[in-house]
Amino acid sequence: MGYIRATDLRVQFAVYGIASRSLKKSLLRAATGGALATDAAAVVVKALDGVSFEIREGERIGLQGHNGSGKTTLLRILAGAYEPVSGTVDIRGSVVSMLSITLGMDPDATGYENIFLRGAIMGMSRKETEAIVDDVIAFAGIGDYIYLPLRTYSSGMSMRLAFAISTVVSADIILMDEWLNVGDAEFAAKVQQRLNQLLGSAKIVVLASHDDALLKQHCTRIIRLDHGRIVSDAPVAR
Amino acid sequence: MMRPAMADIPAPAAPRPSAWTLALRDVRDGVLNVRVWQMLAWYEIRQRYKRSVLGPFWLTISMGALVAAMGPLYGRLFNQDVSAYFPYLAIGFIVWQLISSLLVEAGQVFIVAQPYIHQVRMPFTVHVLRMIWRNVIVFLHNLVIVLVVLWWFPPKDPWLALTALPGLLLVLLNAVWIGLLLGVLCARFRDIPPIITSLVQLAFFLTPVLWHKEMLGGIQWAADLNPLYHLIELVRAPLLGQALPPHSWPAVLLMTALGFAVTLPFFARYRGRIAYWV
Repeated sequence: MGYIRATDLRVQFAVYGIASRSLKKSLLRAATGGALATDAAAVVVKALDGVSFEIREGERIGLQGHNGSGKTTLLRILAGAYEPVSGTVDIRGSVVSMLSITLGMDPDATGYENIFLRGAIMGMSRKETEAIVDDVIAFAGIGDYIYLPLRTYSSGMSMRLAFAISTVVSADIILMDEWLNVGDAEFAAKVQQRLNQLLGSAKIVVLASHDDALLKQHCTRIIRLDHGRIVSDAPVAR
Repeated sequence: MMRPAMADIPAPAAPRPSAWTLALRDVRDGVLNVRVWQMLAWYEIRQRYKRSVLGPFWLTISMGALVAAMGPLYGRLFNQDVSAYFPYLAIGFIVWQLISSLLVEAGQVFIVAQPYIHQVRMPFTVHVLRMIWRNVIVFLHNLVIVLVVLWWFPPKDPWLALTALPGLLLVLLNAVWIGLLLGVLCARFRDIPPIITSLVQLAFFLTPVLWHKEMLGGIQWAADLNPLYHLIELVRAPLLGQALPPHSWPAVLLMTALGFAVTLPFFARYRGRIAYWV
């Protein structure tokens, strides 16, 4: 089962840190009714401003837009990390988020331990991880390095491992922020094959990118975002 | 591609669960995610001490040295009998260390978990439990000192010492609501963590750790009003083979109930904002 419906999603960030995330300012504001705390109106960024869409099984969605258009915020909402300020999102099916494939990896733990660590963060039990561990090691192709700490790896090697772990489980819904390009030319071919296979078995794929050609190649429908609003939503002409 | 027929449209989603349901579910799922918070806590400790031969036992050694130096010194300053004062100080200090780091780190739980909070769906409670578990691991290392002290100065009633365990569990239970409450507050107001740090430093001198409550003479009620005193006593008194002050269990139970009664509505109200604040 794969289905997503978003209704009138709104997300506003109050940008603190300039001055207003301090207790002093809040107390001043409370005590003076805002008369003294001049930055009372913190800069509010409308990351998403009334976004609605429906995604059905089989669709490959490309999210397109400039930096700051709301792509990443929308992906984070779909991943369940952010809760919209208003509006609803209804997601049916298991979701795998590939927004950050290295999240939680520990440089001092061995590659082998990192498979379990990363697996736990992705919500896999010990048994489930044990079942995939050989597959991951074989795919990453880093040989005996798997028993050495991650910090001894080249950046290419740790990316290969991260990719191998993150793509080993299939899911109904797959979220990606930019197309993953990992490793040297030889490994890149393996990566593309694995990605195509993974995306092929998923019921819904949401891929954010600002590369128009890439989205047209992989997606069946492109949603364009600008300043947190959907400016166009159309199927890709084949 | 073919659009599915209208008949395939899933039924409308159930109404969005209330903030209360989501908050309680967060706590429940957080607790059930034992493997994740234990693993993250354990790797965090390991990362800190990787490549050192003694690892976390460095904490034990520095704590041992501290206690060994301060015990005789303060015993003399306060004119105390060392055989009674030394275990009092050693155990009290180790329990204080646990409570104070729980308090100080409570404010940081969500701030340091920012990468997780931004990328994956994970109950917020996991980050609180991870912090608590890390401190439990450190405490277990320090427990070696407690065992040495107890072996050197055996308690009168070894069986009574076992009742320190429920006391410890109650301390940790309180750390859950404190972590949720301060974690949210500190994610929003970044001035609070330094305030907590200085208050905890101050509290060390105001709480009977270095000194006995009896030394207060006529104003012993001042210690009785200090919730930190009761938290420490819950673990310290049984290990010393002493009876608990009569108010300690009721005081801590009341604090636990009030703490959760305040924290849960607060957490329910602001849980959805945490991701935007960190």
